Amino acid sequence: MSKRHEFEAAAAKQILIKDGPYGTEIQRAKLGPEDYAGDTGLEADQKGNNDLVNLTQPQVIRRICDSYIDAGAHILATNTFNANRISQADYGAEGLVHDINVAAAKIIREAIDARTDGIPRFVAGAVGPTNKTLSLSPDVEDPGFREVTFDEIVEVYVEQSRALIEGGADFILIETVFDTLNCKAAIMAVKKLERELERDIPLMISLTLTDLSGRNLSGHTVEAFWYTVRHAKPLTIGLNCSFGAEQLRPHVQILSDIADAYLMAYPNAGLPNDLGEYDELPETTAALTKVWADGGRINALGGCCGSTPEHIAAMAKAVAGIAPRKPPSIGPDMRLAGLEPFTIAA
Amino acid sequence: MSDLTTARFVNIGERTNVTGSARFKKLILADDYEAAVEVARDQVDNGAQVIDVNMDEGLLDAEHAMTTFLKLIAAEPDIARVPVMIDSSKWDVIEAGLKCVSGKPIVNSISMKEGEDAFLEHARKCMDYGAAVVVMAFDETGQADTKERKVEICSRAYDLLTGMGFPPEDIIFDPNIFAVATGIEEHDRYGLDFLEAVKEIKQRCPHAKTSGGLSNLSFSFRGNETVRRAMHSVFLFHAIPAGLDMAIVNAGQLDVYDQIDPELREACEDVILMRRPDATERLINLAESYRGKNAADEKAAEEWRGWPVQRRLEHALVKGIDAHVVADTEEARQEFSRPIEVIEGPLMDGMNVVGDLFGSGKMFLPQVVKSARVMKKAVAHLIPFIEAEKDLLPEQERKAKGKIVMATVKGDVHDIGKNIVGVVLQCNGYDVIDLGVMVPWSKILETAREEKADMIGLSGLITPSLDEMVTVAEEMQAAEMTMPLLIGGATTSKVHTALRIDPAYKGPVIHVLDASRAVGVASRLLSDTQRNEFVETTAADYTKVREAREGKTQSVLLSLEDARANFFDAYLSDKAAPPLRPGVHSFEDWDLAELRDYIDWTPFFRAWELHGTYPKILDDEVVGETARQLKDDADQMLDRIIGEKWLTAKGVAGFWPCARDGDDVTLHLSEREEHVVLPFLRQQVKKSRDRANMCLADFIDPAGDWIGGFAVGIHGIEEHSKRFLADKDDYSDILLKALADRFAEAFAERLHQHVRTDLWGYAPQEQLDNAALIKEQYRGIRPAPGYPACPDHSLKPILFDLLDAGTNAGLKLTENYAMLPTAAVSGFYFGHPEAQYFGVARIGRDQLEDYAQRRGVDIATAERWLRPNLD
Repeated sequence: MSKRHEFEAAAAKQILIKDGPYGTEIQRAKLGPEDYAGDTGLEADQKGNNDLVNLTQPQVIRRICDSYIDAGAHILATNTFNANRISQADYGAEGLVHDINVAAAKIIREAIDARTDGIPRFVAGAVGPTNKTLSLSPDVEDPGFREVTFDEIVEVYVEQSRALIEGGADFILIETVFDTLNCKAAIMAVKKLERELERDIPLMISLTLTDLSGRNLSGHTVEAFWYTVRHAKPLTIGLNCSFGAEQLRPHVQILSDIADAYLMAYPNAGLPNDLGEYDELPETTAALTKVWADGGRINALGGCCGSTPEHIAAMAKAVAGIAPRKPPSIGPDMRLAGLEPFTIAA
Repeated sequence: MSDLTTARFVNIGERTNVTGSARFKKLILADDYEAAVEVARDQVDNGAQVIDVNMDEGLLDAEHAMTTFLKLIAAEPDIARVPVMIDSSKWDVIEAGLKCVSGKPIVNSISMKEGEDAFLEHARKCMDYGAAVVVMAFDETGQADTKERKVEICSRAYDLLTGMGFPPEDIIFDPNIFAVATGIEEHDRYGLDFLEAVKEIKQRCPHAKTSGGLSNLSFSFRGNETVRRAMHSVFLFHAIPAGLDMAIVNAGQLDVYDQIDPELREACEDVILMRRPDATERLINLAESYRGKNAADEKAAEEWRGWPVQRRLEHALVKGIDAHVVADTEEARQEFSRPIEVIEGPLMDGMNVVGDLFGSGKMFLPQVVKSARVMKKAVAHLIPFIEAEKDLLPEQERKAKGKIVMATVKGDVHDIGKNIVGVVLQCNGYDVIDLGVMVPWSKILETAREEKADMIGLSGLITPSLDEMVTVAEEMQAAEMTMPLLIGGATTSKVHTALRIDPAYKGPVIHVLDASRAVGVASRLLSDTQRNEFVETTAADYTKVREAREGKTQSVLLSLEDARANFFDAYLSDKAAPPLRPGVHSFEDWDLAELRDYIDWTPFFRAWELHGTYPKILDDEVVGETARQLKDDADQMLDRIIGEKWLTAKGVAGFWPCARDGDDVTLHLSEREEHVVLPFLRQQVKKSRDRANMCLADFIDPAGDWIGGFAVGIHGIEEHSKRFLADKDDYSDILLKALADRFAEAFAERLHQHVRTDLWGYAPQEQLDNAALIKEQYRGIRPAPGYPACPDHSLKPILFDLLDAGTNAGLKLTENYAMLPTAAVSGFYFGHPEAQYFGVARIGRDQLEDYAQRRGVDIATAERWLRPNLD
């Protein structure tokens, strides 16, 4: 059975659990600059380059992954949010993009394959938004200017995705999408890769909102975003990061009504406090997300900023046995989008 | 889902479409994107649900314009909230657009015109980018006209698309709305065919949508808005229930069905639904009574003759009517105490009205030139009286606003633009001393001094004229002159003026973009209050251009060696077979009546500063009326040119065996036992991944191939031009020259067709209509020396020698290689199926030196020929 079918079979039976973030867990390992850099020989200071840790301290990543598996996660994302050529250039580590992603996927693959309990688990190769936007000009004086081209972003994503698949990723997870056009470039990259490798590469797509009214940074509403990326036929569509589960609720509801794909949400552990720390208790997060499950609005749940294995375990426990959402079948209207959706009735 | 975001029938506006809106096109051509963005905003504010963006215009780099505009509107949330329709006939433009649009757009359009493979390839890309598509009912054999063809093509496209997994709800079929009531019987069914086809397509192709461009339908009633609006409304009334989902339409061109005059409504319905055999005739007859505006005009026409003479003169000037002007002027002369007062009074008043209307964009160039004709005739009538009076009274000069010496520079013979500017200035009360064409700098300076001119205006069309203008500027400096120097003409630009001419002369140097700017520039230069500020701002502007140029990171150039390594790798096995009829063929007198059908009218209107694509321009909201009038005048003159054999079309074409040798093409002339080398230039600007650095030589097989050449000219305008000028009729003079230019282009097009199907004969089956010819939908190219693919004018003598163009086509070259007569075209023929036009653009020092050597000239000479490609 293909991984796509395996996932669909599992998602039809239960609400699946996605893992939580790696950043805070890596911080807990208290690595020094030399631990980060390992024997890569990189000249720039690598402290804080969490993606490089896949390569230099794989045991740290393996430990975190194991803790999320133990917490009950089925969907395990690679620690590769910034493991792309653009972001790694900030560390002078762009030459290692391939190795980092292969290593990252391998660690998760091995961690999953080591388990023999028969529980379905998947490696989601995570690609982040990069720090360049295709829809916005960084220069307020020159709104037509762009720092980067569509084709360049496509190449950046092809490189990263190819390495993730090579390392054993089952899916590509395009996450924390703040610029919809970057996401379209990532979709294009995966389509190219599918043709190059002559295989199916299922996609997971996750939007992040920048304001409570429900738009991302490039200005798209949740609905417009879904119509824009629907051609990717993703396995899951959803939301992550943004704010806590409480603020995300209305937007999950909108998406749940219109998306003919599985819905995955992984909010932050509440809103940060005055010190910038997340202090929402695992039980609180679990209770808030259980509301979505009770309403039949969710297929997969996980955590983003501030979440810990404890949060994931609490969520897993809270939704155990609750029936998963059944994706609606939506009619054959023509669905277009600017920043807002526009539908022409069938 | 809210009603606001769900639609049942969609009107797609065409305001941000250069082929649909003259205003938008003007803004884009002028690089005024800020104002262009406002057009989009207005459209969305006024309820547009989708905005169509089209930049298909010959003068534009459509890809650049498309992406620039799309990126700019992406920054405007009020605009970007609605989906975009990316509209182009060129796939490259569409794809470039898709890379800039962040929502889910519509692509308009793809078709099977180039076969299934290209169609499916484009469709697959649309799927990958996430776009809906408009599919034109067009296949390898042409556009679908009958219901059967429409349904057949759309069904076939539907099956192909759904077969590859394209979502059927993302397909929009455009089954082609054609003009009805044209008087041609085969067209009678077009309306009904469309309606029936829509119905059947919707049944045959579940979930697919249909669309159409409405304005074509009523094309034969252009000028009669009442009838057009009624036809559109009636058509939609029937099309929407038949299943039409959207239409590209000017919302202002629609009426409420119920409010249309029932008689007209029925007549329209009869035509569209083909309900009776005499439907067209009846509608045409009925339509006459709805020419409301025209009827009113006729009434007014009789009325104005009863007005007082001063108002009659003003009216004649504004309307450009010269029928009564001499009589009216004479009547006015008798009323005034002195003849000069007629000029300074009613005539100048009338011309001021014309100037104001032109300045505010309410009158257009052809009308202004006609006004000038009226003015000149009136003045000519008064001159003898003024001269006679001079003998009696002390000399009292007529107060002109200023005196301008104008000339087309040495080596150049093009003067339509210069004449237009001259006329416009004269209309506005300036004295214009026109020195004509091929004027050496010494004559220009001498005249300016003798006549105590206020400024000098230079014009030129070909590249070497740019250097000649620099020479004039240098000589003016050497003579320590201070008067302003105005620069105009097709190859001139603000950048060239700022970089090359302005630094050569300390006095004011001003680039004048087109005739409509000339008066503004002249009046400010001669105004006591505005002059200094204007001169300073312009100088500062040019300094900025120079600084920007210095600081600008120019496009990266490859070394010549690397550029050559990235040559265009044509499939040489596809090269054209040797010509059926090699050698040189001359044509002494090609039939003008036939060439008339090959005229591309769009550039004709452009010469008159009316921007828009023919025939759409005739319906343009803003310039349509002027364009129709101009076209009528042109048609009348064409009737005479052909009927009375004013002009003669002479041409020559030849083919020679050759081989590519690096960037040279070497011709083997067996009868002369010699080799002739044609050196070509190669693009050096670094290309994105898979695009080649092209050179014309790339289309020739090094192992042996064929190349062709041609030259055509239109002879005989001088005699008529002289007659018009004697008659103070600049309008007819400019009209004749513009038509001669069109004939030359049409002849080049027709001869190329003859070459493809017969002389060379590599495409014997080709069947293309004029629209397809204009779009260059044929195999092979005919690049001309001095144009982007082959920018060196100095190749012309080689070509002329090969063709013996002097004897065979009666053509001569000036010292700067402008062709005489001016209505002439020459170029090379390349027959390879992959041969294509491109621009050489900027080249490096290494290629300049290499080229100079290959061309056998010194570097300074090569620099002079290739100036625009060097900076």
